[in-house]
Amino acid sequence: MSPAAPTDDRFAPWDADACAGIVRGLAGLEGPLLPVLHAVAAAFGCVPPEATAVIAEGLNLTRAEVHGVISFYHDFKPRPPGRRVVRLCRAEACQAMGGEASAAALLADLAIDWGGTTADGAITVEAVYCLGLCAVAPAALIDGEPVGRLDAARLAQVVNT
Amino acid sequence: MTRVYVPKDAAALAVGADAVARAFAEAGCEVVRTGSRGLFWLEPLVEVETADGRIAYGPVAAAGVAAILAGDAVSLGRIEDHPWLAGQTRITFGRCGVVDPLVPPAFEGLAKAREIGPAATIETIAASGLRGRGGAGFPVGVKWKTVAEAPAARRYVVCNADEGDSGTFADRMLMEGDPFLLIEGMAIAGLAVGASKGFIYSRSEYPHANATTAAALEIAARAGLLGAFEIELRVGAGAYVCGEETALLESLEGKRGQVRPKPPLPAHRGLFGQPTAINNVLSLAAAPWILVHGGEAYADYGLGRSRGTLPIQLAGNVARPGLHEVPFGLTLGEIVEGIGGGAASGRPVKAVQCGGPLGAYFPPSMFDTPYDYEAFAARDGLIGHGGIVVFDDTVDMAAQARFALEFCGLESCGKCTPCRLGAQRGVETMDKIRAGVAVAANLALIEDLCETLKFGSLCALGGFTPYPVMSAIRHFPEDFAPRSRPAAE
Repeated sequence: MSPAAPTDDRFAPWDADACAGIVRGLAGLEGPLLPVLHAVAAAFGCVPPEATAVIAEGLNLTRAEVHGVISFYHDFKPRPPGRRVVRLCRAEACQAMGGEASAAALLADLAIDWGGTTADGAITVEAVYCLGLCAVAPAALIDGEPVGRLDAARLAQVVNT
Repeated sequence: MTRVYVPKDAAALAVGADAVARAFAEAGCEVVRTGSRGLFWLEPLVEVETADGRIAYGPVAAAGVAAILAGDAVSLGRIEDHPWLAGQTRITFGRCGVVDPLVPPAFEGLAKAREIGPAATIETIAASGLRGRGGAGFPVGVKWKTVAEAPAARRYVVCNADEGDSGTFADRMLMEGDPFLLIEGMAIAGLAVGASKGFIYSRSEYPHANATTAAALEIAARAGLLGAFEIELRVGAGAYVCGEETALLESLEGKRGQVRPKPPLPAHRGLFGQPTAINNVLSLAAAPWILVHGGEAYADYGLGRSRGTLPIQLAGNVARPGLHEVPFGLTLGEIVEGIGGGAASGRPVKAVQCGGPLGAYFPPSMFDTPYDYEAFAARDGLIGHGGIVVFDDTVDMAAQARFALEFCGLESCGKCTPCRLGAQRGVETMDKIRAGVAVAANLALIEDLCETLKFGSLCALGGFTPYPVMSAIRHFPEDFAPRSRPAAE
C-alpha cells in the first residue's frame, strides 16, 4: 500500500457480488434506484463506476439510464471522500454572516478547492447549499455532526480536532 | 430528581446542546430531549421544570450547568412568558420544543377525519383557506378534491420535505421536534384523497431530521397508529431542483430530477402516473389542528386571501434569528426590525431576501409591505416557504445577483435552455458588469436574459431566478455602478 493511498477501513472494497446483493435487497421498493444508490454509497463510500452495470442488471435498466441518474445528483461520487468530510454551507444566510470568508480561509489553509481532498487524504471539503442551520449561520456538517456560529478560527479548530 | 429539557434540534446541536445535556445528566438530572422552541439566538436553550413552570436559561454552556442547578444563574423566566414566544400564534409549532418528539400524541385530528369521512374532511380543509406552504400558495382543499375525484386504482400522498431554500428550516424543525404531526397530517390526506401509500421526500442535508422521522414512522407502524396507511421516508441526493414537485416525483420514481411539463397536473397524473396529492410539510402539518378546531377557526387568522398562520423563519445577519409563527399580515419591517431586532452586527439592514434563493431582495424602503402572498406578488416578490434572510450594509448586491445566477446554473436540471445555458451566460455578463465593462449595455442584456428565463422555463428555478437578480439591480443600482467597485478588485 503506497503512502498516498492509506488503508481505508471505513468502507468495504469494491465487490460486485455484494453490490448485486444490495440491489436485490431493495429491488422490491417502488422506484428503487435512489435507495439503491444511497445503500451502495454507504457500503463503498462512493458509487464506483463498476457499480453502474451491476445496478442496471439488477433493476432491469440500461446502463445509460443508471449512469444518467448517478451523474445527475451531487451526492453520488465516483471516489470515496477523505477521512473527514466537511460539508460547508455556501447559501445566502451563511453568506450574510461571513461564511464565504471563513470558507476561503479554510480552503487556503488546506490548499484545496471546493470538492477537493487534501493530499494526505485526511480532509474533503464539499460545498452544500443550505443545511437548514440558517439561524446559527455560518454552519457546516463535519462527518455528519452539525456545527454553527463559525468564524475562521472556530472553523479551523473544529475541522482539525 | 430535577427534570430538564434540552433540545436535540440540529441547530441546537450545532452550538453545543449535546455537551449541555451530558452535563445535566452527570449532575443527576432527568434530561428530556425535545425539538427547538425556535429562539435560536438563545440556543442551547434549556428549561428546568419547577413548581412555577418551565424556567428557561440560554444560551447555556456545559460549564454553566452547575450554576443553573445551584440557583445562581440568571434565568429568562417562564419560557411561555418570553415576549418572543408570547407574541406568537403557535398552531403548527404548538408542540415543537415542548414535547419529546418520539412519544406519539393522541392523533385527535385523524380521529375526527375518520369520524366525518373523506368528503367532509376535504370540505373542512377547503373552509380553512389553507394554501400550499411550499411557496406556490395553491389551495390545499382544491388539490385534495381533484385527487379524490380523479379515477384511479391507486393514489399517492407525497410530502415535499425537500426544504432547500436558504433561510428556511421550519420543515427540519418540525421533523426533528414533532414528526408525529406531519405523520398525522399525511394520514389525514391519505384518508381524504383515498390513498393507501405516502412518501416523505426529504434531503440528505438533513440527517437528524431523517433519523427522527424514521424513528417516529417505525413507532407509528409498529403501534398500528395509521391503520392501513403506509408511509415511506425517501432521501434526496443533493439536487435543489428536486424541491420542485414534478422533479421530486421523477426522483422518487428513480430518475434524474428533471421537471415535467404541466399539464398533466400531479393531482391527475403524478407519482407513477397515478393521481397524487403532493404537499409541503407545513401544509400537511396544518391539517390536524384544522380538523380538531374546524376550518373556520383557522380561517379566522390571517389577511385577505392568505388565511391562517405562517411559521416565518428569520435568518442570516439578524439579532434574533428563529422561527416565529404568526397569522399573515404583519409588515416586513415589523418582522425584520421588531421581531428580528435588526442586524446581528448592529449595522443598518441593507437588504432582506424573502422566499429563498429565488426570492426578491427588498430594501428597507419597502418594509411597509404586508406579509401575505398577494401583497408580495404585487411588489415583484414572493413569500415562498416563509424564509427571510437579512443582510447588513456590508453586502454587495452585485455579488448577490451574480450568486443567484450561479446557483441557477449549478442546480439547473438541464431541461430548459434558458436556465441551463442562460444562467452561465448571466454569470459571465455579471462579471463584466462588476469589472465595469460596458455596464449599461450589459445590464440591458441581463434584463433581456431575465425576461427569457422568466417566460422560457418550465419551473420556478429558471422562472424565478430573475426575482433576486432584477430586484438587486432595481433596488440597489449603486452596487452595479462602475464607481462602486474598489480599484483593487
